[in-house]
Amino acid sequence: MSHGAGGKATHKLIESLLLPALDNPALAPLSDAAILPHGDARLALTTDSYVVRPLVFPGGSIGELAVNGTVNDLAVSGATPIGLSAALIVEEGLDTEILAREVGAMGRAAERAGVPVATGDTKVVERGKGDGLYVITTGIGIVDPGLNLSSSSVRPGDRILCSGTLGDHGAAILIARGDLELEAEVPSDTRPLTPLVDALKGVAGPGLRFMRDPTRGGAGTVLNELARDSGYSVALWEERIPIRDVVNGACEILGMDPLYVANEGKLLAVVDPGRADAALEALRAVEGGGEASIIGEVREEPARMVLMHTQFGGTRMIDMLVGDPLPRIC
Amino acid sequence: MKYVSEFRDGEIARAVAAEIASVAEPDRHYKVMEVCGGHTHTIYRHGIKDLLPDQVELVHGPGCPVCVLPMGRVDEGISVAERPEVIFTCFGDMMRVPGSKGNLLEMKAEGADVRMVYSPLDALRIARENPDREVVFYAIGFETTAPSTALTLQRARKEGLPNFSVFCNHVTIVPPVRALLDSPDLRLDAFVGPGHVSTVIGCRPYEFMPEDYGKPCVVAGFEPLDLLQSVLMLMRQLEEGRCEVENQYSRIVPWEGNLAALRSMAEVFELRPYFEWRGLGFIAQSALKLSEEYADFDAEKRFSVPGVRVADPKACQCGEVLKGVLKPPECKVFGTACTPERPLGALMVSSEGACAAYYNFGRKSHERVEIGSRN
Repeated sequence: MSHGAGGKATHKLIESLLLPALDNPALAPLSDAAILPHGDARLALTTDSYVVRPLVFPGGSIGELAVNGTVNDLAVSGATPIGLSAALIVEEGLDTEILAREVGAMGRAAERAGVPVATGDTKVVERGKGDGLYVITTGIGIVDPGLNLSSSSVRPGDRILCSGTLGDHGAAILIARGDLELEAEVPSDTRPLTPLVDALKGVAGPGLRFMRDPTRGGAGTVLNELARDSGYSVALWEERIPIRDVVNGACEILGMDPLYVANEGKLLAVVDPGRADAALEALRAVEGGGEASIIGEVREEPARMVLMHTQFGGTRMIDMLVGDPLPRIC
Repeated sequence: MKYVSEFRDGEIARAVAAEIASVAEPDRHYKVMEVCGGHTHTIYRHGIKDLLPDQVELVHGPGCPVCVLPMGRVDEGISVAERPEVIFTCFGDMMRVPGSKGNLLEMKAEGADVRMVYSPLDALRIARENPDREVVFYAIGFETTAPSTALTLQRARKEGLPNFSVFCNHVTIVPPVRALLDSPDLRLDAFVGPGHVSTVIGCRPYEFMPEDYGKPCVVAGFEPLDLLQSVLMLMRQLEEGRCEVENQYSRIVPWEGNLAALRSMAEVFELRPYFEWRGLGFIAQSALKLSEEYADFDAEKRFSVPGVRVADPKACQCGEVLKGVLKPPECKVFGTACTPERPLGALMVSSEGACAAYYNFGRKSHERVEIGSRN
C-alpha cells in the first residue's frame, strides 16, 4: 500500500517498473501533466484515479474531488483545461442515489472550473470487488505560450509561495473515517486552482517558474522533488507556513507532520524574487488564496536538500516520506 | 495552539539557551541522555541541538518501545497474524518493524488480516463485531501504554469476550536504565527522564539514579521548551553540586504517579523473570506478562507461541547506539544498508528511534547549516 502514498515507495515503483516499460520523452519528466507539442501549440494531458473512503467527507466528495484534481493537474502545468473524460467503476449494490449525487457533484465542479466533461465510461464490478465507487478522470488543456514551467527554470533566490493552509484535505479524510473518534471537523480544501493560477500568471508572467499542487505526499514531497530535480536547496521558515490549528492539533495527536498530509486545493509556486510580493498580493485577492504566504526560497546550497528553520530556532531537514505516514504510539 | 505554541516560542528558547551556555563550564564536555524516544523525536524535529552550546551533547537512550523489541518477538507476532482465524491488531509504527522474514505490512499485503488501531479499545470493539474470529492485540510500550492495555483486559473479562486476547510485550523503564548505568563503557553526566511514563509511575522510581549512581535526573515534557528547560535544570544541578530527581513536567506528572493506573496494572500484569531487549540482551524483571487471573486472555498461551530467539543482523550496531556509545551516523550501516525504507535495525524503524529521527531530520543539521531568516 505504501507504493501508493506518494512518497519514496511510489517513486521507486514508477522508476523501476513503469518507466522502463513505457519510456518516452513526454512521460520522462514525470510531472503532473504531460506536455505534448502539436503544431505551434503545446497540449497538456493528465489522468488520475480517485479511490477515497469515505465517498463523502466534510467539504467535498469523490465526484467533486475527481474533477478538481484533474483540473488542478492541468492548471499547475500552466494549461487552460479544455475538456475532461470521466470513467466510473461502480460496485454492485451501490445506492443509485449516491451515484446520482456524485455525478451531480462532478457536473457542478466541472461548471465551476469552466470545463466540460466531454466523454465517459461506466463499468460495474461484483459486490466486494470495489469500495462503492472509483472515478478516473482524464483532462486535456492548452499550455499558455508565455510560460516555461519546469524545475530547470528555477534559480537561487526565487521565492516559494504557498496559496493557503496545508494539510486540510488529508486531515479531513482521517477525521471523517471516524477511526480516531476525534471530535473536530476539518473541511477538505478541494477546489479548482484555475483562478489562483490565472492570478499568478497575470502578475508574474514568465517570472513564474514552477507550480505544483501538493496532493498525496503533501508539500514536503513536492519541495523534495523540486530540490532534487533543480539541483538546488529549498529553505523554509516554519513560522510562515500556514497550517490551521485544528489540523496541527490532529497531526500532533497522531504523530504526523502536516507537511506530508495531502491537499486538494492548494498550490506551491516558485516565483522570481522581483515578482514575489506582487504574486503574493494577487493570490491573496483570489477566493481560496486569502492565507497565501511566502514560505521559503531557493538556495544554492546544500544541493538537493530541503531544510526548515524551525520556529524554535533550530534547523531541521525535511526528507522524502517513506510510505504512508504511520501514527506513532506515544 | 494552546499548550503547544507557548512551548515553541523561539524568543524564550534563545533566552534559555543563553542561560545553558552561561552555566556550562567552557572546558567541560557534558553528556546528557534522554531516555525517551518521544524526546529524541522532539530534539530533531525542532532542531534543539542547534541551540545548545558545543560542550553539551545529547545522547539518545533506549526509550522507544518499538525499537527495543527483539526480532524473535516480532516473528512470533507475525506467526500469530498469519493464522487464518486471527484478526491481528497493533499500533501503526509496529507495522514496519522487521522480523527475520519480513514485517506486518508485508504479511498484510500477502493476505493476513492485520489492522492498525489507535487504542486497544478499538481492538476490543473489533472483537465484539467479529465473534467468529480470534482478535489479538499486539501490546507494546512502556508504562505509558500498559494501563490502557490493562483497562481493556479488565473490560474484556467483565464482558466475557471469549475471542479476544493480548500478545503482551509491555516493558518497564527502570531495569534497562539500570542496565545502562551498570555498563562499563558508559559515560553520562545526567538524564532527562521520560515524561509520559512518569505520568503513570511518577518520579519516585528514578531516585536510584542520584542515590545509587550519582546521576541527576529531570523528568521532562515533550515540547522543545520543556526539553531545553530540563537541560538547564540538569546543568544547574551539576554546577551547584546537587544530585537529585526533579520534575520539570509538573503540569502533567504527579510526583506519586497515577495510582488508579498502577492498581489496574497490578491486577492484570505480573513481572516476567527476564525479557530480551534488542541491542541490550536479556534484562531481569524488565517486562510484563498477563497475571494468572488473566491467563485466559494471554495470546502466548492461546496460540502456543514457541518463544523463538533470533539473533540481530551481524552488521547492526543498535546496541551501541542505544547505550549512547555510538552516535547514529557512526554505525557501520547507517544510511547505507539501513535506511527508513529498509530498516536493518530497530532504531531506524519508528520515527522515535534515534537513527530514524537522525536520518529524517538531522542528517544536515549536525553540520550546523545556518539558513537564517529573511527580513
